[in-house]
Amino acid sequence: MIELNSVNKSFGDLQVLKGIDLSVAKGEVLSVIGASGSGKSTMLYCINALEQIQGGSISVDGLDVHAKSTDINKLRQNIGMVFQQWNSFPHLTVLDNVALAPKIVLKKSADEARSIAEKQLQHVGLGDKLDTYPTRMSGGQQQRLAIARALAMEPGYMLFDEVTSALDPELVGEVLDTLRLLREDGMTMIVVTHEINFARDVSDRIAFFHQGVIEELAPAKELVNNPQRQRTQQFLSKVL
Amino acid sequence: MDYTFHWRPVIKALPDLFSAALVTLEAAVLSMLLGIIFGLALAMMRLYGNRPLSLFATVWIELARNTPALLQLFFFGFGLGAFGWHLTPFTIVLCGLAFNNAGYLAENFRGGFQAIPAPQYKAARCLGMSATQTYIRIIIPQVFRLVYYPMTNQMVWAVLMSSLGMLVGFRELSGETQFLASNTFRLFEFFLVAAVFYYLLVKLILFAAHILSRRLFTY
Repeated sequence: MIELNSVNKSFGDLQVLKGIDLSVAKGEVLSVIGASGSGKSTMLYCINALEQIQGGSISVDGLDVHAKSTDINKLRQNIGMVFQQWNSFPHLTVLDNVALAPKIVLKKSADEARSIAEKQLQHVGLGDKLDTYPTRMSGGQQQRLAIARALAMEPGYMLFDEVTSALDPELVGEVLDTLRLLREDGMTMIVVTHEINFARDVSDRIAFFHQGVIEELAPAKELVNNPQRQRTQQFLSKVL
Repeated sequence: MDYTFHWRPVIKALPDLFSAALVTLEAAVLSMLLGIIFGLALAMMRLYGNRPLSLFATVWIELARNTPALLQLFFFGFGLGAFGWHLTPFTIVLCGLAFNNAGYLAENFRGGFQAIPAPQYKAARCLGMSATQTYIRIIIPQVFRLVYYPMTNQMVWAVLMSSLGMLVGFRELSGETQFLASNTFRLFEFFLVAAVFYYLLVKLILFAAHILSRRLFTY
């Protein structure tokens, strides 16, 4: 379970998160929508301690994320993250991109790491690209590689930060299909996205962020089809 | 032009010149290895270190790049000698060249580090890698590719710079040539042949660097 209790986050004078309360249960898929700059991505960064928080607390499986005693590398093994820019490691083959972390972080043997990587790459449909270098692949393929790389650590949670925003329109579908696959596997996910229809179809709940607060949080279909708050209605009428 | 060439003494001394060329190569390679290690450390100190570390790195880099290599060699020779620290000629040349290489390479590395997109670091840390693991496995290998050709240049430069070693009594290729030439008075012949040795040595290094790059950088 991921729990946020009145989380405050500022960059200098600018307060980006204003008292966020949220909990995501095991197996749940939560989508986060809202305008750019509303704090959606920042919240993800706070959950795996890429950013520090100024108030409140965040816990993952009961472990306080920002406590000094928390082993941050250990924590991150349990939280996979995929970014808008896929950030594949250009100097490693597709296989090594995925196998590296299991090998050096989880201390798996080379053979074990390789078979984990092969399994995950097959899962996202890249089983025939093992020895290719990522720079020779399309954005959609590299994004699926990034997903496989995160999954190879066998995390309990996955965070997705606008993973389709940098892709050409015709490549968006293959990445969303991969997320659907994860949903079927029962993965717990927080998905920051601009794909409202995808959010409605795939997630359990949707949170609408507005200027650093959760303006509305409701079951997915309800929020999209019948938004209660005026700001949610305005936002959805603009993007749908 | 009434100079008469006499090649016999040079031909007789070829084995000596050849082993001196190997000494040159050895000094250049070792000073380059040290230069890479110190250069990486200096670049990281300058980029990520606290004020004293960054200041230390800056002073080193400034001195190495903006003073003559010969004076740097003299510092490790006569300079330290004046304080009772007497290094062997080989150590003097090694220290001097390594100091110089490190300064130049540090600036290359710094440019390389800055050219790696910041999200690469973030992505690796998100996989649970420590900062050290991230640098060793993700960042530095990419930096090496970016600065590979400037590094090759520096290696060539190290071979040529090592000839300054003769001025601190080091018997590398130039020192040996000077020694043999003054024994036989065939100065011109000896230095002509030494130049050919230098040329071949550099060509050999460039060729090896080319082969190595094809092995290392398949992406």
